[in-house]
Amino acid sequence: MSALSQRPDDAAVGLTVPHESAALHVTGAALYTDDLVGRFRDVLHAHPVQAPHAHARISRLDPTPALHVPGVVRILTAADVPGLNDSGVLGDQPLFPAEVMHHGQAVCWVLGETLEAARRGAEAIAASGVDYDPLPSVITVREAMAAGSFQGADRHVQRGDVETALHDAAQVFTGETEFAGQEHFYLETHASLAVVDESGQVFVQSSTQHPSETQGIVAHVLGVPDHAVTVQCLRMGGGFGGKEMQPHGFAAVAALGATLTGRPVRVRLTRAQDVTMTGKRHGFHAAWRVGFDAEGHFTALEATLTSDGGWSLDLSEPVLVRALCHVDNAYFIPNVSVRGRIALTHKTSQTAFRGFGGPQGMLVIEDIIGRCAPQLGLEPHELRRRNFYTAGQTTPYGQEVRHPDRLVRAWDTIAESAELDTRRAEIATFNASHATAKRALAVTPVKFGISFNFTPLNQAGALVHVYKDGSVLINHGGTEMGQGLHTKMIQVAATALGVPLHRVRLAPTRTDKVPNTSATAASSGADLNGGAVKDACEQIRARLDAVDDGAGLAWEDLVAKAYLARVQLWAAGFYRTEGLGWDAATMHGHPFKYFAYGVAAAEVEVDGFTGAYRTRRVDIVHDVGDSLSPVVDVGQIEGAFVQGAGWLTLEDLRWDEGDGPDRGRVTTQAASTYKLPSLSEMPEVFNVTLLPDAHEDGAVYGSKAVGEPPLMLAFSVREALRQAAAAFGPPGVSIDLASPATPEAVYWAIELARSAVPATPVPYAAGPAPRDGSPAAGDVEPVSAPPWQVQT
Amino acid sequence: MAAVDEAGSPGATTHAAARSPAATVNGAAVSLRGVGPQTSALDWLRAQGLTAAKEGCAEGECGACAILVVRPVLDGVDGRPADQTRADRTAPPPSQWTAVNACLVPAASLVGQEVVTCEGLGSPDALHPVQRELALGGGSQCGYCTPGFVCSMAAEYYRPGSDGFDLEALSGNLCRCTGYRPIRDAALALGSPGADDVLAGRCQRPAPRRSSQRVDGPGGTYHRAAVLVEALELLAAKPGAMVVAGGTDWGVEVNLRGARREVLIGIDAVPELRTLDVGVDTVKVGAGLTLSEIEGALGDRVPLLAQLMPQFASRLIRNSATLGGNLATASPIGDAAPVLLALDATIVLASLHGERVVPLAEFFTGYRESVLRAGELIRSVLIPLPLAGVAGFHKITKRRFDDISSVAIATAITLSDGMVTRARIGLGGVAPTPVRALATEAALEGRPWDRDTVEAAAAVLRGEGSPLDDHRATAAYRTAMLGTSLLRLHADHPTDRQRPTVEMSP
Ligand SMILES: Cc1cc2nc3c(=O)[nH]c(=O)nc-3n(C[C@H](O)[C@H](O)[C@H](O)COP(=O)(O)OP(=O)(O)OC[C@H]3O[C@@H](n4cnc5c(N)ncnc54)[C@H](O)[C@@H]3O)c2cc1C
Ligand code: FES
Ligand code: FES
Repeated sequence: MSALSQRPDDAAVGLTVPHESAALHVTGAALYTDDLVGRFRDVLHAHPVQAPHAHARISRLDPTPALHVPGVVRILTAADVPGLNDSGVLGDQPLFPAEVMHHGQAVCWVLGETLEAARRGAEAIAASGVDYDPLPSVITVREAMAAGSFQGADRHVQRGDVETALHDAAQVFTGETEFAGQEHFYLETHASLAVVDESGQVFVQSSTQHPSETQGIVAHVLGVPDHAVTVQCLRMGGGFGGKEMQPHGFAAVAALGATLTGRPVRVRLTRAQDVTMTGKRHGFHAAWRVGFDAEGHFTALEATLTSDGGWSLDLSEPVLVRALCHVDNAYFIPNVSVRGRIALTHKTSQTAFRGFGGPQGMLVIEDIIGRCAPQLGLEPHELRRRNFYTAGQTTPYGQEVRHPDRLVRAWDTIAESAELDTRRAEIATFNASHATAKRALAVTPVKFGISFNFTPLNQAGALVHVYKDGSVLINHGGTEMGQGLHTKMIQVAATALGVPLHRVRLAPTRTDKVPNTSATAASSGADLNGGAVKDACEQIRARLDAVDDGAGLAWEDLVAKAYLARVQLWAAGFYRTEGLGWDAATMHGHPFKYFAYGVAAAEVEVDGFTGAYRTRRVDIVHDVGDSLSPVVDVGQIEGAFVQGAGWLTLEDLRWDEGDGPDRGRVTTQAASTYKLPSLSEMPEVFNVTLLPDAHEDGAVYGSKAVGEPPLMLAFSVREALRQAAAAFGPPGVSIDLASPATPEAVYWAIELARSAVPATPVPYAAGPAPRDGSPAAGDVEPVSAPPWQVQT
Repeated sequence: MAAVDEAGSPGATTHAAARSPAATVNGAAVSLRGVGPQTSALDWLRAQGLTAAKEGCAEGECGACAILVVRPVLDGVDGRPADQTRADRTAPPPSQWTAVNACLVPAASLVGQEVVTCEGLGSPDALHPVQRELALGGGSQCGYCTPGFVCSMAAEYYRPGSDGFDLEALSGNLCRCTGYRPIRDAALALGSPGADDVLAGRCQRPAPRRSSQRVDGPGGTYHRAAVLVEALELLAAKPGAMVVAGGTDWGVEVNLRGARREVLIGIDAVPELRTLDVGVDTVKVGAGLTLSEIEGALGDRVPLLAQLMPQFASRLIRNSATLGGNLATASPIGDAAPVLLALDATIVLASLHGERVVPLAEFFTGYRESVLRAGELIRSVLIPLPLAGVAGFHKITKRRFDDISSVAIATAITLSDGMVTRARIGLGGVAPTPVRALATEAALEGRPWDRDTVEAAAAVLRGEGSPLDDHRATAAYRTAMLGTSLLRLHADHPTDRQRPTVEMSP
């Protein structure tokens, strides 16, 4: 057991404690960035002028109409930027653009005494202050593929000899899989509040997952060094990756306004602004060819993944890399050639979203399995189980898969605890006796790599103070967005110092406390910052132990004695993940410290009249190592699962793809049109268990990251829906299910099943003859055979 | 916390208003002076430093802004089936805490009213039972949705006559973090308020009187009418004024589409619009009753309405939204219209010149247009009795709680000896207005209620209206759903003797 992972007796980590802010949350006393506005005098409110074109040159921009609106104070345009006019780190995201690159892009910002004044000012500019020369636009990923509209680096993961393997395969299938992105819909929209303080320093309160980068971008926009800007994040009302890159521009607008006017400036997006201006999960297109041997083992996978990057690169490149590194999910595929590329489309710049490409990569392989299993004559769960990694095998990018036995353990545990065999029999009985409703049960695994793919990001810092009275204040570089990171860090500090939890207080994340931090992302917040907090605490503890010299003094006495002995009672901690290596050019190495594993079994019931469905029961066994904080970890698993199910079944992100005047506009830009899971989508029975005996040697106190991996457990719901739709037709038919699997999509899948001719068993074809996986659901003429005529 | 007793001394409110319009928030009077008619209660409360209520959408969808207001309890509106005899039960308290979306409530309409926000329920050192259950059960992650959940849960906790937590109470609150399991468990673990609970005690007194009031601010004036004639006179005197009942439609227009009016006339307290009579040959529903009030008072006496309610928006919205408001918007995707068309309803329109009665089927004249004239209000909705024996409301949506219809089909079939003697089908989402499916009705009437008839009629129904493609559904799916609706109804009700069985239980 490593020193990092070793846990003392009576440790504060592992205790069942509520979220550190729970009492503040439930009483409304917890403050978020925009709750602070009332604490400042003379705040100015910012409102954007949003372009009504997907792609256009701005031929004229005249702020005068807004200046005639009462209460308008100032208009911010490119001419006001003293530094670099860019809201990103790659130089391709102008803050005030000359060329509109997506519908809804902000072309300038109006500052007003009230939000109403700023809004009217923006309306005035939109009405008569700005002219556009529309340019041709690319909206869908298919349009981009046809037009050759790409950006960034192509990537290729490759192992073995795919052509030969496909040639020798017993069965080869080809197909396409296309699926939509996802709006983050954190309940708190983007918010920033900037003031210039009494020392001339720019202080920005921002709802950001990446305060250091927000600081850097505010500084380069203002043309000042980083040390002239401080960014603080109290907490976020949800982030999910959507506040990793996206907050920077809004913080820069607030900071620019504050420096130009000398007054505090508030930027807070309305929901519609947030949806139309900020990036989302990438939708993907995949074309694939897959080979199986006679027993249903994968022999080869060849695929091209095209991600819909939107108008600029943002985080599209690392998202693509992670997608390519997760196409295998939990399955050993000996021969692999998977290419990835990023489409440039005139849409919001797609970005990080919980899973960061992992879900997109895995969706491809899960879709392949779901579609091929009936044609292989195998139960989908059998096909999945047969292809699990075993000890000693490596991923296509060359990393050894450590602990594949945990996957088997989780799988077997679920089979027993969720009584899968019994329930499958019950479902068969139900389906035989119900013509208009069908049930199905699907089990899917997750293997997810933990660490930033880009090795340098795997570092973190912390600052720990022990005051003379024995109270402890900790700061670290991670941000709190609901994931319970601060709760875990308090537990880590209490454990490392050996003090009770109530002696430790955590102060909000600020760039003047811990510099040069990485984003709180990649699920790595607790691993990295936990390592740093632990390091700082252990330095202090070592000094105190020297003072104590075996006397066993009480904490307060020991601290007092150490102070008098002039011993340093504070420390800066640092952590970097050891043992990583990654060659980005060849896509080869061991980018991940470890893998997190999980298995989910989902049972659904589908209504044959409408395609509506409900999730009757979900069982999950998930590997979080030795849990740092069980309430937090279970909460992350449940929340991620429901969010993943939302992406796959409900959340229907639509853009105007027509040639009319609204081309490129997000048509689902409100909560009334973009539906998140509500209480009615929660599985009716929802059992989550943490995998026991799951110590992780390479992480703080034996724990594992938990934020992202469970999202992908939701594939079980999508696959169950596919199987339930298939149950309306004869056996052995491959069912293509659109994503998201809305009731309408499920209805068309049912119609596809109903109209299918019973398959004659396919003898294994020799040779490579590629066969189409199945027709796309959308291509199928809806037939309306009355449900009671369909006999099963 | 202490609540200021305004209702106890009827003169007090008007007297206080003469000095300065104010609302009671968490027990203290807060001035509404200078609050314009377009300012929402949410923005107003947050400007007071009461930042627990959050904005997540500004359109009534997320519930992060939920607050509690004291509302009167209608006779028979107590959450229990209204057809139970009341003799053996203690009378319900005269008022109740009702959760509403603060983003849709005009702040000025709170004049003279009592409000409790999440801050007023408890503090970190003294948690309210609802807050304690949520905090200990892991019910908050980022915490942004939490104050709204707390208010929705508290309203249900205090609901008169509650016999256990009804999860419908949370249908208007979204959480992006937790996946809801801990919130549900916290709700189900709640007990009942103790005898000394201050907020429960408050409900033993009547709700504050909603007297005639005006609040002036930048952008115009909010008037609250106390009686019908006052509302009609204001309307006649101020052309261009906007009538606001529950404000659930109007609030969205203001927040999302920048709609502004100089004069708002609040009619939510007008007693003539708030009556409900179940007669021998008619059920008469006041246009100003909230859907929650109708739901509570009617129980399942009108099965089609009972089916409609849980599918209509969320508890938070139904606590404000009125039947009159839903019909007045003349939206092609309003859900009340198809149901009331199937029920053969007529509506009573009132103006200073008197009243007229219009069959609902003749009310809608075009996309969001109706026969409603300037100066006219919808007073009530008349539903003729007896009701048809076979009835179903099929609302097609993506999400089960709180979603707008892509298509809605309401059907009422009267059978006599197995023959369809009368068929009424109301459709939403297939034409610029809600419509009757006349051809399908004709294909059913005079024929036996059997598979052959139903299949033939279903084919006709598929062709009714002209559904469109949009982000909610394709035209093909809408058409298909028209086609399956009668099949589904027949599968559920092969005869009129059989009680409805719903395969997809909620
Ligand atoms: C989140 C959300 C979900 C929703 N879900 C649904 C749903 O599932 N199904 C559905 O059908 N609708 C839904 N709606 C729409 C809405 O709730 C209804 O239209 C509501 O019934 C309107 O009533 P109100 O009292 O709030 O109207 P208000 O907003 O007060 O008024 C709406 C309009 O009607 C006029 N008006 C109001 N009362 C009268 C009257 N008595 N006489 C004449 N004119 C009058 C007003 O002047 C105004 O023009 C939803 C709305 C929201 C915000
Ligand atoms: S802010 Fe979302 S319901 Fe009011
Ligand atoms: S806890 Fe974050 S939205 Fe509910």
